[in-house]
Amino acid sequence: MDSALPCLKKSDGGRPMGEFLQVTEQCSGQSFRCKSGQSVLKAMEQQGLKCVPVGCRGGGCGFCKVTVLSGQYSCGKMSRMHVPPEALAQDQVLACRIYPLTDLIIECRPQQPAARHTNEHTTTKAMR
Amino acid sequence: MKKGVMRPGHVQIRVLDMDEAVKHYSDLLGLIEMDRDDQGRVYLKAWTEVDKFSVVLREADEPGMDFMAFKCLSEEVVDQLRGELAAFGCEIEDVPEGELKDCGRRVRFIAPTGHAFEIFATKKQTGKWGVGNHNPEAWPRGLEGMKATRFDHCLLYGPNLDETLNLFRDVLGFDLAEQVIAPDGKRVAQFLTVSTKAHDIAFIHHEEPGKFHHASFFLETWQDVLKAADLLSMTDTSIDIGPTRHGLTHGQTIYFFDPSGNRNEVFAGGDYHYPDHEPVTWDAEELGKAIFYHDRALNERFLSVLT
Ligand code: FES
Ligand SMILES: [Fe+2]
Repeated sequence: MDSALPCLKKSDGGRPMGEFLQVTEQCSGQSFRCKSGQSVLKAMEQQGLKCVPVGCRGGGCGFCKVTVLSGQYSCGKMSRMHVPPEALAQDQVLACRIYPLTDLIIECRPQQPAARHTNEHTTTKAMR
Repeated sequence: MKKGVMRPGHVQIRVLDMDEAVKHYSDLLGLIEMDRDDQGRVYLKAWTEVDKFSVVLREADEPGMDFMAFKCLSEEVVDQLRGELAAFGCEIEDVPEGELKDCGRRVRFIAPTGHAFEIFATKKQTGKWGVGNHNPEAWPRGLEGMKATRFDHCLLYGPNLDETLNLFRDVLGFDLAEQVIAPDGKRVAQFLTVSTKAHDIAFIHHEEPGKFHHASFFLETWQDVLKAADLLSMTDTSIDIGPTRHGLTHGQTIYFFDPSGNRNEVFAGGDYHYPDHEPVTWDAEELGKAIFYHDRALNERFLSVLT
């Protein structure tokens, strides 16, 4: 499941699989262990924490959006609607699709529901 | 009043990674891969379906639904309804024969909820997979995973439910089978049928247009729903909620996500509807029970996790 693609802007730290990395969520102060190769959201869920909202777990719904404040990671495929290139450039990514390469500090601000509606798009173009 | 629309014909779903998606929809759901085209789209069907395909996967950089199509009795019906859709004020696009492999021309229109729908009348029929229609056996061997029997319906989120009901009821001949009414009298959910099934298409009110909640596939029994849940755990697939029962339609259900975050449902059982039946009405205060009959509470995900 968690097959990480190298993220465009981050270099691969080359850590061996199976190593534990520490992820800290800044707003709640909660911190949890994440195996390299495991998504941040999955590691959080496994340890019973709720500091990031859990949606589809597939990079599609944007529910688990976080900002990475420090550390290196690789990313899997994420919906461009929720992570356009500008957001990725600012390390605004989806916790279900990032895989730590070093210890990470992330921040998950509670989303205003209205904010999700501003990004309107139509699905009628280029659908073939 | 029936207008010659028969049933859901196909749904085209956007996925982030085609290989992962095909694995999900074929190995786990048990759909059968029928074809691929030069755009890289993959065509699948469930085994009891007579037409060649009912699910089309397209790789894209955001997941969701491209369109859902309904099959009509004849090309004359499609012509007739095309005129009525235009008169209703729908934006219409004519999609030529062969744009989807082995499918005739389609008339695409945008519903007031922002979703693209299509009507068509012609698609190659390959027969029920593995059994055919001549002295057929009960079921074919060699089915995978959940062994889904048919693509059943979609639930979509968007605005303008009243206009959308008018369109589906008055132009396309659907009936309102079930609804959820808010205290101010506003309809916030509508389940529509063009058959005797509890729903062929359902809508829930949402400010943002064109959102996809789930595509649903029919299983025979509650035991099959439990086994589907087993398979989701075996494959570490993201589960939304279930196994449980819906209040609305009373189907036995489980919701889960494909690898791109699109929600799927498999379900069994449920109510039926005839055109002389009054719609079943749920009060919005009972929405928790209407959606999840046992939990009697909505999870936040049901209302806001969409693609
Ligand atoms: S939970 Fe849906 S994008 Fe992460
Ligand atoms: Fe459903």
